[in-house]
Formats: sequence, structure tokens, C-alpha cells
Amino acid sequence: MSKVSALLSANRASGRGTLIGYFPAGYPSVEESAQALISMAKNGCDVLEVGVPYSDPVMDGLVIQQATEKALEAGFKLPQVFDVIKRVRQEIDTPILVMSYWNPVLRYGVDRFATDLVDSGAQGMITPDLIPDEGAEWIQAAESKDLDHVFLVAPSSSDERVKTNADLSSGFVYSVSTMGITGERAQLDQLARGLASRVKQSSTTPTCVGVGISTADQVREVNSYADGAIVGTAFVKAYQTGGLDALTAKTRELALGLG
Amino acid sequence: MDVKLSEQVGPYFGEFGGRFVPEPLIAALDQLEATYNLARKDPIFKAELAELHRTYTGRPSIITEAKRFASQFGDVRVFLKREDLNHTGSHKINNVMGQALLAKRMGKKRIIAETGAGQHGVASATAAAYFGLDCVVYMGEVDTERQALNVARMKLLGAEVIPVKTGSRTLKDAINEALRDWVANVETTHYLLGTVAGPHPFPTMVRDFHSVIGNEARAQMLELTGKLPDAVAACVGGGSNAIGIFHAFLDDPGVQLWGFEAAGDGVDTPFHAATLSKGVPGVLHGAKSYMLQDEDGQTMESHSISAGLDYPGVGPEHSWLKDLGRANYFGITDSEAMNAMRLLSQTEGIIPAIETAHALAGVKKLSEVLPAGSSILINLSGRGDKDMETAGRYFGLLGEK
Ligand SMILES: Cc1ncc(COP(=O)(O)O)c(C=O)c1O
Repeated sequence: MSKVSALLSANRASGRGTLIGYFPAGYPSVEESAQALISMAKNGCDVLEVGVPYSDPVMDGLVIQQATEKALEAGFKLPQVFDVIKRVRQEIDTPILVMSYWNPVLRYGVDRFATDLVDSGAQGMITPDLIPDEGAEWIQAAESKDLDHVFLVAPSSSDERVKTNADLSSGFVYSVSTMGITGERAQLDQLARGLASRVKQSSTTPTCVGVGISTADQVREVNSYADGAIVGTAFVKAYQTGGLDALTAKTRELALGLG
Repeated sequence: MDVKLSEQVGPYFGEFGGRFVPEPLIAALDQLEATYNLARKDPIFKAELAELHRTYTGRPSIITEAKRFASQFGDVRVFLKREDLNHTGSHKINNVMGQALLAKRMGKKRIIAETGAGQHGVASATAAAYFGLDCVVYMGEVDTERQALNVARMKLLGAEVIPVKTGSRTLKDAINEALRDWVANVETTHYLLGTVAGPHPFPTMVRDFHSVIGNEARAQMLELTGKLPDAVAACVGGGSNAIGIFHAFLDDPGVQLWGFEAAGDGVDTPFHAATLSKGVPGVLHGAKSYMLQDEDGQTMESHSISAGLDYPGVGPEHSWLKDLGRANYFGITDSEAMNAMRLLSQTEGIIPAIETAHALAGVKKLSEVLPAGSSILINLSGRGDKDMETAGRYFGLLGEK
């Protein structure tokens, strides 16, 4: 059974809710990104999402683009994502999912990437630009190694796709909460609620809602209808403005939205 | 096995193609595919597009035999398919008119486009003006500088031009930004992609809209010379003008197909855009195809004097034709292209786009590999007015400012 989905259902059963935090590997350096993730785990994140910097991140807004571009400029190499995971693993046992665009994985070798995910201590991967229709090789590699494969659903997805993408995901299915690319939204979209309920009606796979969450109230609200809140931009922005201290403070602040 | 090459449609061309895009875009791609599948069989749509081409684009485009140009290369005949004479000055309008009609059918009032050389942006802005649509064009900051004339054209036509300042600030990054816009505005917006790259159905649909080039040229060559050409050649950026002229000849085994890519400083330097000659398969902008990437799967920056060819990816059908051995792809350096630009200008009185000049430079290579007396059909994909700043500087024609 997926460690992540077990955690999500335990947190839901206890009325606590779940906070999932994203931070890019290698930003601003390999060691500092590991320290950032460790602090996020120690201060309230239940699941960590480790981003792989990529040259063409079409799902990301400007804040994350700038951070990952910095990581690449600083010389980030793909295998270092595993160094980050191992480093984090030395300190905490919070579940870790990698978030990667597809080409770096393809280039590395899908099976080899899956093997190294397991060996470094990660629980699975979110693939923003790989739909399950194109994902047979990854699904097979992940299942053979007990890794979670998290796909996306969007407000524009048909009911049929919502069901298929949820059923073909493990751990959870990622509900993209607004139509927009990742970035803060003052008001969380009504669309997210509708989307999460469509997932609930059609599949037993849990769903976490991401994109646009930046306040404790939004964390609470999302957890009232979904299995977890995913936060990225708000954490990266906090780090950009005030380093590790600001990131730690932001994590604690958002964790107040948990029951 | 007996399926004709020309009948191949997406999503896959062999192992290439597909839809490697974020889930939010899938509904829009499905809608586009469904709309296109109905339209392509609809006599009303076909008549509407044909009428637009006749009365607005200026089709059919003529063929010009380039005798003085050809004489520089020994015993060959060179025929130019004059897409430069189309309204807006390049082949790009063929696809734009088709997709603009589809946008109308889908009830989308806003179109967005990426552009490198600015020709696709100008064509899109033109169609938007003609059909009364809002138009936003994303263009790498580097390209807004080297193709400033086309930026002015787009603005005069009423489009908004957004300079893209991320990444390499060229065509690749303009596509990223257009995709981001599309993810955010997919309900109201059609992404009018300008080449045969991108997720399905774009490679098939854009090819079909450009296949008019080869269909006309094949008949024109038969009428003019009584036979098919021995080779058909075009420049390859994303690959739309090349596939447009190749398509009618795919199942003519006697006709060699040659795509000329931008080799920048040379294919053996790090500064080129020779995706098919030097790349490896990967996923970029929604499709699996050859691409320039490093060992981590990061897209590498391409380099070319030509903004329209300065792209580290290529359409999936070209990757398939390369692996099948049906088409050949060969790199042309900046200086070879610029010399060909000047040569055509001075032997024929036709100033080609720098993109197109890569195909013209390829005649030297073809004259070496083809038997004496061969005839070569070249897609003259665009005119060079937009490149006068670059050419003026390159050849020192501008004097002191
Ligand atoms: C005149 C001309 N030819 C060729 C190209 C390259 O595009 P493609 O390879 O899609 O034909 C461009 C692109 O801007 C262009 O303007």
C-alpha cells in the first residue's frame, strides 16, 4: 500500500488534513535545498515534493521558473536530485515525491530513474507533462518498484478523464485548482471544489489540490473537501525574500490551517 | 506495410509525436482535433479555405525557374516554388488561415501565437485583423531585436507583441510562454501554433494546411517539365514549409527529399540548430522528436543567424522520415546561407528570407550528389525584407549610422 495514501487517509480520519510542500532541488544549492526541505518537514509539511529544475517548465509560474533557472545556472545536474533526497532522508522520514517534467526522466532512462528514486528513499513521482495516456512505461516501472505515480486532473478534464487519471494514479491524483499556471491566487478557485468532488464521485484514489494556495485559511478550506493541500510558489517566494527563516515561518503559518 | 507514407496521421509517426502536455490542455487539444476532423471532410470548410487562398493569400503561388542561379552549380535545373509571393511574405499564411477558420468554428475570440522570425506572428496578426479576433504574439526578446521590422508590422496590424525574457529568449521560450498563456486561458483562446511541432493534432493539421504547397508544385512541375523533379528541398526550422512541399512527393520513390537545417557556426561547433543532424530523440513542447539536449535532458540552446530556424526541436514527422531514410537532412552554416541569399538576389532579382537561403545553399550539396541534368524543386518559403537589418550589417551595406 502506498505510504502517501495511507498517510492521507490517516490524516483525514483524524480530521487533521495534510500539507504538501514543494521546493526545487538545487536551489539555491544542493545542500541549501536539502536544508529547506528538512525545515519544511520539521515545521509542518506532511509530504515533500522535490522539484527537478528543467529548462522548459511550461507548468510553472515566474517565481518557480526563476528559482529553477537559478539552480540550473548554479550548475545543477540531474543525479543531484537523488543526493538531495538522500540528504533529507538522513534527518527525517517524511514521504518524498519528486516532481519532474518528462524529458529529464526519459533521457536518464525511465527504469533507471525509478531505481534511483527507490534507492535514494523517495516514494514516487508527480509528472506534470506526462498524461497517463503516454505514461505506460512509467506506470509499469513505478508499479514494479512500489513507487507512487501521480498524474494530474484539471477543471477542463472530461468526467471520463477525471476517472481514468485518478484510477491510474497512485498515492493521490493531483487536482490543479485553477485554470492558471502555478502562482498565488488571492481567492481559491471554486473550480477546485468542483474538481475534487468529481474525483471523489468517480474514484477511490485520494486527491490533493495544488496551485495557488498561499494562506492558512486556504489550507484549511482545501482540506475540508480534498485530502491535502499542495503549496509551492508561496514557499519558494518566502525563501526568495527571507531565506530559510522566512521559509520556516511560512511553513508554520500554513500548518496552522491543519486541524 | 502497404500504407502510403502520405496517409500517415498523428498522434504518432513511428515512435515520434504524441501529446506530452499538462492535463489542463488535453480538453483543448481534443476539441481542436474533433473540430479539425469534421472540418477537413466538410466541403463548406474546404471551399471557404480555398476561396480565402484564391482571393486573399494569393494562391496558387507560381513557379520560377532560376536559370542564372542554377548555372553557378553546373548541370542542374532549379525551380522555385514562390511562397514568398503569398500575402504577408511567406508560407506561414497557409496554416494561419486554416487555423483561424477553425478558431472561428470553435467560437474562440482570442488567438495567441509564438514567432521566431516574425513571419508566423505577422500572418497570425493579419488573420486576426481579417477575422476580427484578438491576437497576442509571444516573441523571444532576442528575436524582437533582430526582426524589429516584423514587430512593427504586427503592432500596426493590431496585435500585442510580448517579448519573452526567459531562457534563451528565442523561439523555444516563446513557445513555452504561449503554452503557459494557453493553460491559463484555454476556454477562450486558440493557440495558433506556427509549425509542425507540438502535441497532436498540430503536426498533422499544420502539415495538411501546408500540403497545398506540394500539391500545387507537383502539378506545376509535371506541366512545366513533363516529369517529377529529381529532388525537392526546403529549409527546416520546425519543419512546416518542408513538410508542406515534401508531402505530395512522399510516395514518389524517385524523388529525393532534402531538408536543410541551420548549422550556425558549423555542426561540429556548439553553435548550431541542426536538430536532425546532431540531436537525439526526446520530448519537447508536447511531442517526442529529435531535439538538442544535454545528458540531463535539458534542452540546449540553438544558434543560427536565422531567427526562424533557431529552434532546438523539430516536428515529429521529420524525425520519422529521417529514421525511415525517406528524407535527408543536412546542415548549412550561417555564412553559406548568407552567401546564397546574396547569390539569389544578384542572379535572379529575388531576395529570399535568411531561413529560405539555407535551402538555396543546399543546391551546392545537391549538385554534388545528383546526376547531371537533374531538376531541383525548392520551396522559396519567404521573402527577405524582414532581414535587411541583419543582411545590411552582415554585408556592410548600411554605412555609418
Ligand atoms: C520564411 C520562413 N521560412 C522558414 C521558416 C521556418 O519554419 P518552418 O521550418 O516551420 O517552415 C520560417 C519561420 O519563421 C520562415 O519565416
